[in-house]
Amino acid sequence: MNIREVRSELDTGKSTVKDVFLYSVNMAKKYQKEYNSFVTILDDYLEVKSDSILSGIPYALKDNISTKGILTTASSKILANYVPVYNATVYDKLKSAGATLVGKTVMDELAMGGTGMTGHTGIVRNPYDKERMTGGSSAGSAACVKLGIVPFAIGSDTGDSVRKPASYTGTVGFKPTYGRISRYGLFPYASSLDTVGVIANNVYDVAVVTDVIKGRDPRDMTSLPDEDISYVDNLNNDIKGKKLFYIKEIVDRSLYGTETNELLDKFDKTIDKCKELGMEVYEESIPMELLTMIYPAYMAISNAEATSNDANLTGIHFGNTIDGKTVEEIITNTRTNGFSGSIKRRFIIGSYILNKENQDRLFLNACRLRRMIVDKMNLLFKKYDAMILPTTETVAPRIDEKIEYKEECNMLLDRHLIIGNFGGYPSITIPCGICGIEKSAMPIGLSITGNVYNDSLVLNIANKIQEGWFRE
Amino acid sequence: MKYVPTIGLEVHCELKTNSKNFSSARNSYTDIPNTNVSPVDIGYPGILPVVNMEAVRKSIKMALALNCTIPEYLSFERKNYFYPDLPKGYQITQTKNPIGKNGYVMINVDGEDKKIEILDTHLEEDTASLDHYKDYSLLDYNRCGVPLLETVTGPCMHSSREAITFLETLRNIFLYCDISDARSDRGQIRCDVNISLAEEGSNKLGIRTEMKNINSFSLVKEAIDAEIKRQEEVLNSGGVINQETRRYDSENNTTHLLRSKEDAIDYRYFTEPNIPRIRISKELINEIKSEIPVLQYDRLIKYMNEYKINNKDANTLVRNKDISDYYEECIKYNVDKLMVSNWLTGDVLGYLNKNNIEIRNISLTPKMLVDLVNMISDGKISSHQGKQVLVKVMEENKEPSVVVKEMGLEQISDKDEISKIVDKILEDNPNLVTDYKNGKRVFDYMVGLIMKETRGKANPKIAALVLKEKLECI
Repeated sequence: MNIREVRSELDTGKSTVKDVFLYSVNMAKKYQKEYNSFVTILDDYLEVKSDSILSGIPYALKDNISTKGILTTASSKILANYVPVYNATVYDKLKSAGATLVGKTVMDELAMGGTGMTGHTGIVRNPYDKERMTGGSSAGSAACVKLGIVPFAIGSDTGDSVRKPASYTGTVGFKPTYGRISRYGLFPYASSLDTVGVIANNVYDVAVVTDVIKGRDPRDMTSLPDEDISYVDNLNNDIKGKKLFYIKEIVDRSLYGTETNELLDKFDKTIDKCKELGMEVYEESIPMELLTMIYPAYMAISNAEATSNDANLTGIHFGNTIDGKTVEEIITNTRTNGFSGSIKRRFIIGSYILNKENQDRLFLNACRLRRMIVDKMNLLFKKYDAMILPTTETVAPRIDEKIEYKEECNMLLDRHLIIGNFGGYPSITIPCGICGIEKSAMPIGLSITGNVYNDSLVLNIANKIQEGWFRE
Repeated sequence: MKYVPTIGLEVHCELKTNSKNFSSARNSYTDIPNTNVSPVDIGYPGILPVVNMEAVRKSIKMALALNCTIPEYLSFERKNYFYPDLPKGYQITQTKNPIGKNGYVMINVDGEDKKIEILDTHLEEDTASLDHYKDYSLLDYNRCGVPLLETVTGPCMHSSREAITFLETLRNIFLYCDISDARSDRGQIRCDVNISLAEEGSNKLGIRTEMKNINSFSLVKEAIDAEIKRQEEVLNSGGVINQETRRYDSENNTTHLLRSKEDAIDYRYFTEPNIPRIRISKELINEIKSEIPVLQYDRLIKYMNEYKINNKDANTLVRNKDISDYYEECIKYNVDKLMVSNWLTGDVLGYLNKNNIEIRNISLTPKMLVDLVNMISDGKISSHQGKQVLVKVMEENKEPSVVVKEMGLEQISDKDEISKIVDKILEDNPNLVTDYKNGKRVFDYMVGLIMKETRGKANPKIAALVLKEKLECI
């Protein structure tokens, strides 16, 4: 299902907005038990009045986007009954564009996690293979797009949370420049890294949606000024002579097993394809010491911010209150009962990192490291238009697979997406082939990351590469 | 052993702005709970702060009035702690780049000048208010998010008198600059007090204790005196002072331990990621600087040194900006500055106090007061008559000259007219003339007769002059 098809069905009068909406709702219900994409399915059809390109197009929102009067749980027990009193800007924009909301999608609890297995309403399963995870945290958003329930869904990306599930499900996932889309109403995970993102089946759809929801928001001081361009109109610009690079340490075959090596073979083919399209591809190097610190620095910064961001979840002002004799007891009971163990672990780490005696050594050093990586990347973006890398280290892991503890340097391919959030860079993943055979055949993704503000260029390059595949 | 107390203050003051510090909810005092509230104030998931630039402007104004250095970039930090009056679980405040740093303010303590060191002044948000009942508490979010400016002094005051004078001066800067209403009765200005005692002659400060959230200046005075007394007693009996937070109990006039240093909260300050740093341009600073009026201390010094007004009256004039502004209006006219001050601080304020009226609500304009004072100094009416005229002017809302006419009070200062009356008196009283010539003391009595004849309207000075002349000629 894609926007262009639905648009044409609606515009030619083959289907009404209501038909399309009810089709999506029925699909959502049909697949709910098997794949668990949704926390809430909205089956009440509401008349839409708009002549925007998204008018009558059904979609889904990740369950951490505030929707007035509609349950919004962030897939956490602590918010299991929480009904917001205000709308997120992104929801307001889609609503006034006439897009029809079909449901709120399951995610990893409070957007912390990358498996799609930690939501309070259960595991989200991969449309390619039910025994595999979708990845997260925007798990349900990726699954419902792949299942053909809706042509696009909104997610959020703090480390890789849009791009990873998109890659695991063979969809397109776009995290624009930090501030391009308002965060007002997005339940925060780590505010300095959080970005609203879009998942769809092709780059065109992603661009259409981003054009509608981007822009300066007076309610978000970090939102970027409006730019006077349409991403859709620039999707087919000539990309000949564009310069791409990859980081050789991250794709060093000696670090990985056979499965990843197969994926790296595909990446080599992608490089050839880029060259065929007239782009230049170069190898660059970033010191291993810096690359291996990306993930620890990310964990320090994101857990620290999350600890503070989620301090409003006390049961005093809203949420699932568990009673107690004193205020302290209510807060303690509510939080003890409301968060899963892994969330509590993150809060303890975050608090520890922010403690006066640890803050400089742990938190501020992590921020300095982030700065060093961004400085290095900014230098590279002076020479190049974009960085390409395989989106993930492997295809979607099996749900029962034990996640092994690996040496940090062996995880580089699984961690590099964080660079996009460190620098606030626009970063997209597009499907770039299949790994494995027959039943174990699963999609893999290509990640394309550009310099800040260059959203249009990133979408342009992604669209051209994607078209290259279709022509094949 | 004699001890010298050292006092430092942290003063929180709510700013007067249209909306709250980080939300669009109204910032205005109201008795109806939970009416000025937005989702941002309740800390609902997903809300974001937007800095109120009016609050920033007013804070810069205050920082400039306190002679502080303004940083090129402002940043905001989070102060993290759990408390039911803090819905977000953190307060947005400033630690790294506060609005103002390293300033000072001059105060005049009973005629003596003193410089009070300002460590910093920073912009933050107020908490919700809690009303505690027997077995439940109620939350009112009206106050939650109201812009709050915290001003921190160095440990540089040595008596409750100095501390109170500083607080009054500070409150007046807020009022003079129209930054805050600074009303204690509405909790708009609140104070934390740090106190330590050092042995006389020692240059080392003692260990300090802190008392938080004292609401009125009179309580601050009591609390300081009580804590100094307590520390003295502890030290004199060979004990030691512990660094701790204490609470002032006004009923028993004593202080109690609230929590010790070991229990101090680690607020885990870190930069608020949702607020990009804010650039403060030189142009903006200059623009704001030009809006600051002449402040209380500077007016006080001018009144005393240039206009020769005594310390007590000068203080009366500047204590209330409205009164001082009224006075400033008066002296724009050609008038005796000291005399107009005497009339203003004496009869006018006396009347206002007696009738409980604010100076901004009276019909007596500065021009009218000046006219009245000039009539007295020109001898058109007597000082005694002036008092009656003043009351009538204020009560009947008429021009002084009109009242004087209506009361028939205008003095006869015309020499010819007085001369005629003198002639009549002399004619009627030949024996008095004889007495005078014989050296009897009847002159004043004769002046009295002239005054009686004119029903008090004759200018006594001129009457005396004319009488003398005539008597000499006889």
